[in-house]
Amino acid sequence: MSARTGMPDSLDTKDSVDISCRVNGETVAARVPVRQSLVDFLRHGLGLTGSHVGCEHGVCGACTIVLDGRCVRGCLLLAAQADGAEIETIEGATASGRLDALRAEFVTRAGLQCGFCTPGMLLTAAEFLDAGGGPDRSEIRDALSGNYCRCTGYHAIVDAVEAAARSHPRSA
Amino acid sequence: MTAVRPPRLIGQPAPRPEAARLASGAGAYVDDVDLPRQLHAAFLRSPHPHAAILGHDATAARALPGVAAVLFWDDLAGVVTPLQTRHAGFPGLVSPPQPPLADRRVAYQGEPVALVLAASRALAEDALEAIAIDYAPLPAAADAATALDPGAPKAHPDLPDNLCWAGEISGGDVDGAFRDAALVVAQTFRFTRHTGVTLEPRGLIAAFDRASGQLDVRISHQQPHQLQVYLADLLGLPMTRVRVIAPDVGGGFGIKMHVYADEVAVCAAARLLGRPVKFIADRLESMAADVHAREHVVDARMALDAAGRITAFDVADRHGLGAYTVFPRSSTMETVSAVRTIGAPYAMAAFRARMQAVFQNKSLIGQYRSVGHPIACTVTEALVDQAARTRGEDPLAFRARNYTPGAALPFTNPAGVRLIDLSHAACHARLEALMDRDAVRRDMADARARGRLPGLGFAAFVELTASGSEAYGAGGVAVAAMDSVTLALEPDGTVKGEASVSEIGQGIAGTLARVVADALALPADQVRIATGDTRSAPHGGGAWSSRGAAIGAEAALGAAARLRAAILAGAAALLQAQPETLDLADGAIVDASGAPRLTLAALAQAALFRGHEFPGGRLPQLAVAHQHGRAQDRAVPTNGIQAALVEIDPGTGLVACRRHWVVEDCGRILNPLLVDAQIRGGVVQGIGAALYEACRYDGEGQLLTGTLADYLLPMAAEMPDIAVAHVETPYSGSVLGAKGAGEAGTCAAAAAVLNAVNDALAPFGTAIAELPVTPVLVLDALARRQAA
Repeated sequence: MSARTGMPDSLDTKDSVDISCRVNGETVAARVPVRQSLVDFLRHGLGLTGSHVGCEHGVCGACTIVLDGRCVRGCLLLAAQADGAEIETIEGATASGRLDALRAEFVTRAGLQCGFCTPGMLLTAAEFLDAGGGPDRSEIRDALSGNYCRCTGYHAIVDAVEAAARSHPRSA
Repeated sequence: MTAVRPPRLIGQPAPRPEAARLASGAGAYVDDVDLPRQLHAAFLRSPHPHAAILGHDATAARALPGVAAVLFWDDLAGVVTPLQTRHAGFPGLVSPPQPPLADRRVAYQGEPVALVLAASRALAEDALEAIAIDYAPLPAAADAATALDPGAPKAHPDLPDNLCWAGEISGGDVDGAFRDAALVVAQTFRFTRHTGVTLEPRGLIAAFDRASGQLDVRISHQQPHQLQVYLADLLGLPMTRVRVIAPDVGGGFGIKMHVYADEVAVCAAARLLGRPVKFIADRLESMAADVHAREHVVDARMALDAAGRITAFDVADRHGLGAYTVFPRSSTMETVSAVRTIGAPYAMAAFRARMQAVFQNKSLIGQYRSVGHPIACTVTEALVDQAARTRGEDPLAFRARNYTPGAALPFTNPAGVRLIDLSHAACHARLEALMDRDAVRRDMADARARGRLPGLGFAAFVELTASGSEAYGAGGVAVAAMDSVTLALEPDGTVKGEASVSEIGQGIAGTLARVVADALALPADQVRIATGDTRSAPHGGGAWSSRGAAIGAEAALGAAARLRAAILAGAAALLQAQPETLDLADGAIVDASGAPRLTLAALAQAALFRGHEFPGGRLPQLAVAHQHGRAQDRAVPTNGIQAALVEIDPGTGLVACRRHWVVEDCGRILNPLLVDAQIRGGVVQGIGAALYEACRYDGEGQLLTGTLADYLLPMAAEMPDIAVAHVETPYSGSVLGAKGAGEAGTCAAAAAVLNAVNDALAPFGTAIAELPVTPVLVLDALARRQAA
């Protein structure tokens, strides 16, 4: 994958740095402004627009991505800090199929409306399930408390994660 | 000509068709698209609530790399006019012009002063820091309560005072009712501003093509047609040269239904420069410059007779609406909505509401989910609980006695609200069945055992939905209260359509498709309705006032009936049969025996590719349009009741919501999955208003809540499960019978929570009459008791 950093950030030449990382399984080499956030690089440098920018100060969780196996805030990391990292965005997690069962529960139960929080919500919920999280609703609510949703009131999201927990391979 | 068939899809739960795409990260929100030669906009916004601008110097900013332009009002004044709200429904409305960029004076903190256009947002923000503005601060009008006092600072020095508009609604013998009352309860209620906090901030890309004179605006917005009208007017362009496209929208809630000064400035800049301009608000500017909502001080009293029957309400609302009355609908709709449904569930005989809406040097108040109704509901239901408590009576028993009985409908109450098709008693009974009162009692006992103070609160409500053209059109505001749907039969037998309703996550596009599919006997996935593009969708209201099901779906049904008639006429011509002997089933035209005679695909292909086969060459009209608005009923009233179970931690003052119940009646339910989603989402926005959300300003008009660390939103861990049930009383004025469902959750949730808090505090002889209920308010209330 080649980073399309030609416009507009190439004009932001005051301080930039070369990075190399793997994004959704592909090697990326790019020159990035040192002040650019990781989520801005993913969105505008690589065109991975499934990660969303809701608050830019680490509260809302819309920019959640997976970095070296853990969910992180894409707005609180600099692109420069991703040098050498393994990154997975919603696009990669979707393509891998690992979110299929969870996403189906979100869709079936109206666990999303506008969809802006959903990529971050899915990645966070998947991390919870993969870490052994079960169908207990208050545990699910705690696990999702760093991801804001303004549409659903959370109830249907909790329904979806609960259902996914019951059918998670680990539960079998 | 309306085909009424047993519905196969209407009433069945179904996810919205866009959900899987959005949940795959494949949404296309406004910031996900870039255009060639695009510039990025950043606004220099006023740090002062009120100041004169003596001068400015952008020389250094213009010299920075990547900066294409730095614009002030004088630069834009040649291509755009100021926004100025007019609404004849508010006689005497004072409405100063609002330039898209400040003109020698700023009137609220966050008001756009200068616009930088640069190669990236970061470079544009660099340039903001290099602009020098010479401000001379002026005294700021911040406090609505004192805004009309003699000598109070004025929000606009050229106006005689801070009064934007005053009015009164009254009916019946109010003074007589209070004179003869056996009991009067009274309270002063305070409501702090809050806002919608769409997770996707406002944003747009405006592109102007000088050769064709065409302005294309891709914007996260709820009403593309309304915006098209006003952009054309403000920029002096014909509507045929203004195209507004609403792509995937990351939350609206009313926040994205206005014409904002900064968005108009971006369109003007695109026109001036002839290059695409993208503006995406960051969270700080969203908190400062998105419309805020509410902000009221309401003095209210309620009269009862000796039998405990409510006889009258008498209220005075002081509403602080910010620096300008919002364009184009006017902020004053808020104060009318805040008083109009006071007492609406109950059979009162007299009503008086005095309203004063005042200017302040604060951000503008605009229409936000359930406009005004949460204020009316909270005032009413808190007084109802106060009366029941004073009488030593169960709050549900008190309500049951006072509801307007179904047999009394239709009833135009003394506030002038025409009440029809309501079901208070049925909703009340359904709530009692939905709540397991024994389990609730056990939960409350358990809370007490843990040292918590449990409380149970109720709130009945009337929500006016699907506003008619009386609300804005009659006042001279170019807002459509009708909606349009076009449909066309495709060569493969599927149906494509365009609708003027706006898809903002609520699922209305798919809902309309299912209405059409039902009428044409097609599977749901054979009908596709697009929304959001003024070039292709006919004019209509968009998303406001919970109108999609009540008005948009009715337009879809009308269009489907036209297409059905055209299909049958075309088939009859080909088959040499009478149209009345034909019907539709499973994608085909069938005869009276039910035998398929012609598929829809075959008919479409004949019409589109082999028109000569039709007798006389008369093509069937397989592209149709239908427009639906109401001639009767200014609004479609809905009703319901909510209950909240809370626990107060007496040590910290924190209120925890444990359970929440809703029974509501939105008439015929088109898609129960999506209706419940609307109800629950609305409830949580109401809980936010009840406990957390506040746009706080200091006494000088400085915003203190500019981040999501300062402005608290409901999070998953704090929110309860929400049980939802329905009563279906179809709207009598339409074929489908659907009413609005999008705002009912927000309408009464805060009232139920406040009543639950006060139920918890009742043993201490203290109560709260302010939202949000912060821990400090709770601790103060408990301290008042301990001091007493």
